[in-house]
Amino acid sequence: MPDDAIDLEQLTFAWPGAPALLRIERLRVARGERVFLRGPSGSGKSTLLGLIGGVLAPTGGSIRVLGQPLHDMSASQRDRFRGQHVGFVFQMFNLIPYLSVRENVALALRFAPQRAARIPAGARAAEAARLLSALGLADPELLDRAVTRLSIGQQQRVAAARALLGGPELVVADEPTSALDHDARESFLRLLMQECAAHGTTLLYVSHDPTLGALFDRQYSLAELNAA
Amino acid sequence: MTATLQLALRSLVNRRATGLLTVGAIAISVALLLGVQKMRSAAREGFASTVSGVDLIVGARSGPLNLLLYSVFRVGDATANVSFESYQLVAKHRDVAWTIPISLGDSHRGFRVLGTDDAYFEHYRVAGGRLLAFAEGKRFSDLYDVVLGADVAEELHYKLGHAVVIAHGAADVSFTQHDEQPFRVVGILTRTGTPVDRTVHVGLEAISAIHETAAPAGITAFMVGMRDRTAMLTMQRALNEYKKEPLLAIIPGVALKQLWDLVAVADRALTVVAAFVVFAGLLGMLTAILVSLNERRREMAILRSVGARPRHVFALLVSEAGLLAFAGVLAGIVITYALLAAAQPWLAAHYGIFVPVTGLNGFDLAMLGGIVVAALAMGLFPAWRAYRNTLADGLTIRV
Repeated sequence: MPDDAIDLEQLTFAWPGAPALLRIERLRVARGERVFLRGPSGSGKSTLLGLIGGVLAPTGGSIRVLGQPLHDMSASQRDRFRGQHVGFVFQMFNLIPYLSVRENVALALRFAPQRAARIPAGARAAEAARLLSALGLADPELLDRAVTRLSIGQQQRVAAARALLGGPELVVADEPTSALDHDARESFLRLLMQECAAHGTTLLYVSHDPTLGALFDRQYSLAELNAA
Repeated sequence: MTATLQLALRSLVNRRATGLLTVGAIAISVALLLGVQKMRSAAREGFASTVSGVDLIVGARSGPLNLLLYSVFRVGDATANVSFESYQLVAKHRDVAWTIPISLGDSHRGFRVLGTDDAYFEHYRVAGGRLLAFAEGKRFSDLYDVVLGADVAEELHYKLGHAVVIAHGAADVSFTQHDEQPFRVVGILTRTGTPVDRTVHVGLEAISAIHETAAPAGITAFMVGMRDRTAMLTMQRALNEYKKEPLLAIIPGVALKQLWDLVAVADRALTVVAAFVVFAGLLGMLTAILVSLNERRREMAILRSVGARPRHVFALLVSEAGLLAFAGVLAGIVITYALLAAAQPWLAAHYGIFVPVTGLNGFDLAMLGGIVVAALAMGLFPAWRAYRNTLADGLTIRV
């Protein structure tokens, strides 16, 4: 029986000197699952993602990602773990403005040597191009373009390609489609899910928009999970 | 580490307007500091070689600086003369190779008149050990011939063959003008950057002629070149202890050094000012980096999301400061040498200061290294701020 992708148990989190912000009895996400987590802004969503990403440490309880106990790891161990196993796509401004499309995608491997090692050095550019193409950015001329000249929709695809490069086991998407119009949202989501499915990648998708929930294997409401 | 350095470089290139301004400010301040250093050492060298190749300067007993001032810099007056007998005695000494008699006391329109002889042109050396050279004409051969320093000829617009009237006494307007004895310009010297440029040279006999005396009763001072330099100190002691006449013999290098120490306060002040300008340049850099921090919080959060640790963010900002300072120092060196190369002929022609375009010495390198280290140290401050932001922001920035 393989470990869950995410397993939270008796998880609590509070900022120093503040009352508990999160209290989650149990949350399990199986490997390869595509899960939708609904939560309005201010519901502790960002904090939960910070905990799963290992940027924050829980006040109490346990948090296991891919079987690894993040609650027992040091901050730098968690940083290394995140770089190696987790890909992030954010709401907006996902890209470093002074790097090209190609370099922004390659950033996923820059601070994660083990993740980089999964792709032979000579094949990295091709893999980045393949991911971009799979996400609907097939134009090779686009690779060297400044990211500031892309549309929001294109930027989000580049961010998704970065999150997927090097085959992380878990991709966390934090409202990546909120700035897109309805059609672009649908097509982006479809491509992202396709790519995750193709590689057995677990997808945790967070949004305040309940209409997207139906597209996922399972959906949760953070308000219901959070007992704080 | 190289990943961070590369990112820092790309980030700077992206903000090239502020980056270039910062580098420019540091470059100008570095050029100023280096330029001051170069000019300082050139001025010191030039000063030290105001007179060279002379082993001893001998005058009536007063003080070493006084003797140096009137014999070399034509400043002030001798309190007494040296008798011609004593001069002859030294000149004929077996250890002495040559002597240059110096007779001061007259002036021409504010320029000192110096009576001397051929030995002056044969042995007196200035900066770089160069002998005096003639821009035009030749040495004096007739009693009423005069050889002008470069400044004298230029400021008074004198050409060869020009008639010159010499007054008794150093003042511009003198009581006794020797109108009846017009001198004639026979030679003009090339510029030396020393008081020679501001001197009117005549023969020793001409000085006597001005004063209508038959034979020179005495001279103001004289310079001595030793046959064997090891005998120099013995000769100096012998002259200083000479019983028949109170004489003073000085070693010009030693006295020049004492005089330089007196005037060196000003050039030290200049260095301090230049150092403060560099500090101001670095403060400008610090401001630019700090201002950029807020708009780059998103960038830091993205780096964090792909696995960068807070110390990577810290290193990113410190290397940014280091890169800016390094580029500034390099540009400053280029500016300094470009200016030196361009200004060298002009400085030599107009001020007689020869600034050699030499490489950076150990002190310069240590100073420049110090600037980069100071910049890195200053970079710790924004780096620490960014580090703190990073820890607080995590993956989502709260602004």
